[in-house]
Amino acid sequence: MQLTLWTYEGPPHVGAMRIATAMKGVHYVLHAPQGDTYADLLFTMIERRTKRPPVTYTTFQARDLGGDTAELFKNAAREAFERFRPAAMLVGASCTAELIQDDPGGLALALDLPIPVVPLELPAYQRKENWGAAETFYQLVRKLAGPAAPPVGTPRPARTAGARPRCNLLGPTALGFRHRDDVREISSLLARIGVEINVAAPLDATPADLARLGEADFNVVLYPEIASQAAQWLNRTFGQPATRTIPIGAVATREFIAEVAQLAGLDAATLLAEAESRSTWYARSVDSTYLTGKRVFVFGDATHAVAAARVAAREMGFTVVGIGTYSREFAREVREAAKGYGVEALITDDYLEVEAQVTQLQPELVLGTQMERHIAKRLGIPCAVISAPVHVQDFPARYSPQMGFEGASVLFDTWVHPLMMGLEEHLITMFRGDFEFHENAAPSHLGALTAAHSEAAPAAAPPAATLAGAAIEQVIAWAPEAELELRKIPFFVRGKARRNTERFAIDRAVPRITVETLYDAKAHFSR
Amino acid sequence: MNARSVPPHLTEGCAEIPILRERGQREVFCGLTGIIWLHRKIQDAFFLVVGSRTCAHLIQSAAGVMIFAEPRFATAIIDERDLAGLADANAELDRVVQRLIERRPDIKLLFLVGSCPSEVIKLDLSRAAARLSRSFSPDVRVLNYSGSGIETTFTQGEDACLASMVPGLPAQADTAHPALLIVGTLADVVEDQMRRLFNEMGIAPVAFFPPRRAADLPPLGPGTRFLLAQPFLADTARALEQRGAIRLDAPFPLGAEGTTLWLQAAADAWDIDAATFHRATAPGRERAQLALARQRDQLAGQRVFFFPDSQLEIPLARFLARELGMQLVEVGTPYLHRQHLATELALLPAGTMLSEGQHVEKQLDRCRAAAPDLVVCGLGLANPLEAEGLTTKWSIELVFTPIQGYEQAADLAELFARPLVRRTWLAA
Ligand code: SF4
Repeated sequence: MQLTLWTYEGPPHVGAMRIATAMKGVHYVLHAPQGDTYADLLFTMIERRTKRPPVTYTTFQARDLGGDTAELFKNAAREAFERFRPAAMLVGASCTAELIQDDPGGLALALDLPIPVVPLELPAYQRKENWGAAETFYQLVRKLAGPAAPPVGTPRPARTAGARPRCNLLGPTALGFRHRDDVREISSLLARIGVEINVAAPLDATPADLARLGEADFNVVLYPEIASQAAQWLNRTFGQPATRTIPIGAVATREFIAEVAQLAGLDAATLLAEAESRSTWYARSVDSTYLTGKRVFVFGDATHAVAAARVAAREMGFTVVGIGTYSREFAREVREAAKGYGVEALITDDYLEVEAQVTQLQPELVLGTQMERHIAKRLGIPCAVISAPVHVQDFPARYSPQMGFEGASVLFDTWVHPLMMGLEEHLITMFRGDFEFHENAAPSHLGALTAAHSEAAPAAAPPAATLAGAAIEQVIAWAPEAELELRKIPFFVRGKARRNTERFAIDRAVPRITVETLYDAKAHFSR
Repeated sequence: MNARSVPPHLTEGCAEIPILRERGQREVFCGLTGIIWLHRKIQDAFFLVVGSRTCAHLIQSAAGVMIFAEPRFATAIIDERDLAGLADANAELDRVVQRLIERRPDIKLLFLVGSCPSEVIKLDLSRAAARLSRSFSPDVRVLNYSGSGIETTFTQGEDACLASMVPGLPAQADTAHPALLIVGTLADVVEDQMRRLFNEMGIAPVAFFPPRRAADLPPLGPGTRFLLAQPFLADTARALEQRGAIRLDAPFPLGAEGTTLWLQAAADAWDIDAATFHRATAPGRERAQLALARQRDQLAGQRVFFFPDSQLEIPLARFLARELGMQLVEVGTPYLHRQHLATELALLPAGTMLSEGQHVEKQLDRCRAAAPDLVVCGLGLANPLEAEGLTTKWSIELVFTPIQGYEQAADLAELFARPLVRRTWLAA
């Protein structure tokens, strides 16, 4: 059993719903109790989709358990077929139905429906949402594209002369973090490179589209968490290679262009020479020097976390002081990336552990999920959201991709926005005592946040923070003058100064922190 | 003391109302959802769901990620090791509770909340609660109830929660004098208003259940007369009655009329004379009627369709029909408690179409065919129906907003009027 306050991912059947909902002509019959229908609101309220997810729930009740829940499932599947006339059907169980072992797959096959039926085995007590999405997409691709597979070992036929290279765009789902906009951005980028899109899936694809996946020359994998399993199968089955670069950030976008061009056998030199991102120039402009070395903590799904850290370090000039992911399946990639920043990756889906680490690191900016936004807000640290789990705010009305050159500019804006502007920061450092320009004042362009700050102030030591803090703060006395001196240090580094000083004092068994200790520690840590 | 608890003119009436009973997909929350308001109401209680990742995700999604304060709820997620018997589920639960209580020393009352998985694997949470109560006594009391979707629908979670607290209520010391107990979660502001009204009538003592703090448990015994403030409290009422308390039959305090009849039931039980009752209630009632008159212009004649959600549908429909002149196309309820709703049913316009249970697809067909002016429905259905051109009011807001009593009557009406007004404001 795991104590969970907030979860980063839903259960695996929600992953399956993300695939079914993304597609057209697919219906998902889910053996589940009534409360599980809450999942519809993820799509209708958070993503504001205009249609209900194509999901039928059996909503069995306690009184059905003694009787025939299997019959209930069959009726639901039959009725769903007759009502919605899908071109393919997914069937499966949620956590509770898994326990009653009715075998939805077998039951659905017994109905002998005239459409492809894909049974899903999504172990709800081991796996989570992204895994469920990946598995569902893979099973659908296998089932629908499989019949077109050439005999094993058949070499890939050469592209007919003069035909434009074609790729599939794999991974975007419903309820994905900016997937909609990323697809648009990357599609236009591929067009500029000279590559045609054969099928983009699962978002907006039909079962018939999946059947044509094998016709492309290669695959572009936008979200490995969702699509790498399917892409590997497509590679084995149709000999389609897949891209490995995730085009998040201007640098990665250029690498992506080069990789695609190479897979497509095209020359992208002109495009690369012409292409430029406004974010690159903005980061170089003098106003951005204040961004240098800002300490940033990054957490999210593996793909977005690794990409964000890279952008933070190479395109913003930040210092990555921590990186982590809740995607255990992709822990290796994140550990690898962490090494490059000289930090240890945090691989966990326990919100409390993340909170403890942020509290301990006291970064100047958190790039995380909605969960880290909670944490950062409580600790008074600026934060920008870079990854799912999603919130209604993560579906902005405006075009706001994360990928491609436009995405790089979106990242620049979103990450810089919560920070204090350069000169403002200096003024506050110089004139700390000013009654308006004080530490609890938010950046002046974020007027609304001032209230949030002052409201957070009385709650400065909520149980969570206290507990997390207790782990690192041993009881150590501060002389009153030292406390006063500490107050003169700008608030955005004060937490770190306090912590460093205390660690310094503990290491040297200094019983009481004086002004001297404070400056000794400062000298020690600023080597 | 007046033994008559049912006003005679309201005893009958429901029998002739036709009810459509349906089975099929139920598009409703499970009882776990009640935690979202219960954890705010009882300020030193904590709710630990023993369930799956789905349960954790449900509460988180239903609450929105909008709760920025540390939530007083969490989930102990059962994993494969618990299922395979590799870990002793009870020992695991003890460990989780230990960690939780260390983290939250301010917690005085802990609810272990059962879910579908915990019930299907027959994890005995009542024994676990007794065991944990002993080991954390006297600092923390541990109770248990089920909010599972196989047993409870949405607001029934509150019913199960309150029912679990009833055995722990202290016995009434003075059984000779009646005491009034108001049962069901109300917003604090509404409680305070009601308290003032009872006070002005001279009805005392008055207690509210659930209490704001876990230690403030109201006494209970044969002298207790209770009024349900919510229509979904079947098990709680039964548990109270088993301890000798007597339920005062009344419609629910929604709208000016509902509030008056509800207060009247208490006044009758206390033999409050008409003049006193009038003096106490007239100002509030007149204010409410005045404010409602304005909303009536907007709502009268509009046709409303209720999807089943909270069991508040019938009292709400009665209010909309009688005080605002709306027409009831269909009133769906997840469950109809005939006895508790008897006075409400009697007030519904003759021929009102009621439905109990749900087959959501067929109900959507009926709804589309009827093309009502306003659809009251859950979060999963609202936006899709809006996109189809219907106007909706999401029902969950009716559970989270102070809507009971005179001072809130117009606010309640406004909740229904707002989507209609908004439609007219927005450019087509
Ligand atoms: S319906 Fe059952 S399994 Fe689903 S969230 Fe509710 S309690 Fe958990």
